[in-house]
Amino acid sequence: MLRDVKITSEGYEIILTPTYTGCPAMGIIEEDIKRTLNEKGVFPVLVKLVYAPAWTTDWMSDEAKEKMRKYGIAPPLHSSCSSMFAVKNKIACPICNSTNTALISQFGSTACKSLYQCNDCKEPFEYFKCH
Amino acid sequence: MIMTQEEALYKYCLRLGDNALIHSQRLAEWCSNAPFLEEDLALTNLSLDMIGRAQSFLKYAAELEGQGKTADDLAYRRSERQYYNNLLVEQPNGDFAFTMTRQLFVSVFEMLFFEALKKTANDMIAAISAKTLKEVRYHVAHAEDWVIRLGDGTDESHFRMQKAIDELWMYTGELFEMDEVDKVLIMNGMAIDLESIKPEWENYISNVLEQATLDMPKDIYMQTGSRKGIHTEHLGHILSEMQYLQRSYPDATW
Repeated sequence: MLRDVKITSEGYEIILTPTYTGCPAMGIIEEDIKRTLNEKGVFPVLVKLVYAPAWTTDWMSDEAKEKMRKYGIAPPLHSSCSSMFAVKNKIACPICNSTNTALISQFGSTACKSLYQCNDCKEPFEYFKCH
Repeated sequence: MIMTQEEALYKYCLRLGDNALIHSQRLAEWCSNAPFLEEDLALTNLSLDMIGRAQSFLKYAAELEGQGKTADDLAYRRSERQYYNNLLVEQPNGDFAFTMTRQLFVSVFEMLFFEALKKTANDMIAAISAKTLKEVRYHVAHAEDWVIRLGDGTDESHFRMQKAIDELWMYTGELFEMDEVDKVLIMNGMAIDLESIKPEWENYISNVLEQATLDMPKDIYMQTGSRKGIHTEHLGHILSEMQYLQRSYPDATW
């Protein structure tokens, strides 16, 4: 999401690309960035949102995906949106690694995730939708 | 007096923002009222996608207007005749069949529309369009799934689906209406000719309805007016609910 950092005469410009247009966490992310930098003595901080190029799950590093999986969210599988509707894709359960999983709903607790259930360990989990 | 590009662009962004905003309001009415939990999440997720889109377009519109307004000012302080959303999105939710029919008609249109609009000469609109297209594809998939399942379902679900399609059909023509705003922007490569996506829309809808064992309505008189800010009786009620807080407490801030 972090695209660039610029030092200008007005202050420190942090340039972000939002993930989903309606992501309600964007406001909190902006505040967190400002607060963290201010605490370290960096101010004034201006957070700027840039819409293009559009954010895509392709930009998620393998390290980030692994962190996500450890947290309990299955990371995005495909890099191309054309296979987005391939529900046949077996998403691995982030808890027990089984691919014997079922899609419960394309829409989960947040706009970016789908809801799945593992048929082996029976745990529900969320999948970060390819975007 | 020919409209200037700035004025046309401003009105265009209002139209695109309002389409998303009013539709999101309708979908939000399903919150805690949907047939089951997963559908409650689905409908409100769709609504949230649209709110994000409305924010993007209305923020840009406010910038174009250059009077220091914010997206919130445009959303909460305009009245019905200043809104330019399509009549289709302000229609009541009705039953679930109605909501999904409206969703199908609108989302298929938006998928084709934003696919074409991605190539606009205006960078901001191109960026928002690219973003929107990714989200709208999921909306189409959702509506299509339900229309097929309900159409090719029980006697009751089939009856309700056909009723919804027949009753909402008269609002679909307006989706493709163009006025002075479109004319000016098409000339500058900033907007698209809506007639060019109409055949594909009709084709797509026809395919879905066929799979759903539903009848495609015949061409009839199409409702119109929103390009001029003239709406059905429903918009006033939607706005009075949506704008209640801001109108009661004009100085309220978060």
